[in-house]
Amino acid sequence: MAEAVADLTPVTLITGFLGSGKTTLLQRLLLDPALADTAVLINELGEIGLDHHLLERIDDTMVMLQSGCVCCTIRGELSAAIKNLHSRREQGTLPPFRRLVIESTGLADPFPILSTVRSDPVLQHHFTLGNVITTVDAVNGSRQLDTQPESVKQAAVADRLVLTKTDLSDRDTAERLIKRLRRINPEAPLWCSSKDVVDANLLVERCFGQAEIASFPEDEQQDHSHINDISSLALSLAEPIDWTRFGIWMTMLVHRHGNELLRVKGILNIAGSETPVAIHAVQHLVHPPRHLGAWPDAERRSRIVFISRGLSPSAIQRSFRAFSMPSICR
Amino acid sequence: MCALCGVLGGPEHWTDATPRPGIFTRNTDAAARRRERLHRVAAANRVLKHFGMSLADWQGSAFVLSTATGKTEIVDNIAHLWMSAERLLGRPCDPLDPALIVRMEREIG
Repeated sequence: MAEAVADLTPVTLITGFLGSGKTTLLQRLLLDPALADTAVLINELGEIGLDHHLLERIDDTMVMLQSGCVCCTIRGELSAAIKNLHSRREQGTLPPFRRLVIESTGLADPFPILSTVRSDPVLQHHFTLGNVITTVDAVNGSRQLDTQPESVKQAAVADRLVLTKTDLSDRDTAERLIKRLRRINPEAPLWCSSKDVVDANLLVERCFGQAEIASFPEDEQQDHSHINDISSLALSLAEPIDWTRFGIWMTMLVHRHGNELLRVKGILNIAGSETPVAIHAVQHLVHPPRHLGAWPDAERRSRIVFISRGLSPSAIQRSFRAFSMPSICR
Repeated sequence: MCALCGVLGGPEHWTDATPRPGIFTRNTDAAARRRERLHRVAAANRVLKHFGMSLADWQGSAFVLSTATGKTEIVDNIAHLWMSAERLLGRPCDPLDPALIVRMEREIG
């Protein structure tokens, strides 16, 4: 069900708290033939990059960013590094890579990295945002969620969650952590790296697949939960949505509450459109809406998840309906 | 140009995406663009009237945002609408404001 989105190079971000296994995952992914033509950017905190010593495949398409955390100090460097890769690819001095993977530091807020790729006047014409893959350490994950706000945000904005070190953790701890992650981010597919086969294609491909949509709420009108001040709201609506009104509302919501709106993702039943429209936003950044080729099942329902910090789920639900639904008399 | 930071060639707004494979947009041809623009003005005014403001199309290339007292501001695109509205009003335009939600709910019946 993946639809072509122009000829732009997808950028996949691998994030996760310190020591959560980002480099190990990247190492595994790079061995997969599906990621054969992949360039890699690694960002490290501190003066000396260490993580790259753990990677087996270092070639000209790998650039180390060593001057600080990518989210707060080197966005310019990130932009320059990607442009440099692009320029060298165009000149033919680099292999024609089809995908770029960025591994962020464990302390990075993913949003500025995504924003750099999406908003840079040059990059936006050559690159498109792919998935955010977040690794969570099964042994220390719960403690990190309790004490490190960055780790909660990293889990909330994930398109894919990978639970690592499950072989070192007892089953109950891992299951409790999975429940917490499900409450923070109810619809991102989740893999346990030590027991599941981590399919590189499924991890990096941006698509609203059957499995992903199946994890959206089906029967209930709404479902919401709270954890660490993070709340998730999942809506399922049969009535068609007025696209223009939705645009006005979403723009208003993102303007006023973008910092607290960690993630919005769903498929919409748009009035006048035969097939669904996929919507995806991370804080102030709203991806171009994707027109999917077909409905995943016979039910033409909008299914949308809002993950926010400190916002009232019931207010979001009421506001969404009041602003985005066509008037009865229209 | 981005009205927030002054950077030239900022990203397109997601409601006005350039037509390309796989992207949902009503920015497909002149007629559709015009129709959507008028619909957008109507949809914005449905909300703005609760703040005593109104939006009008300006030659198909920008919008004019006005207050009841005659203050006006040109808005390049919908991305900057709410920032300009709040500046003219001097207070936030919050879609989660319970009083605003109630008024909007009355409208959809």
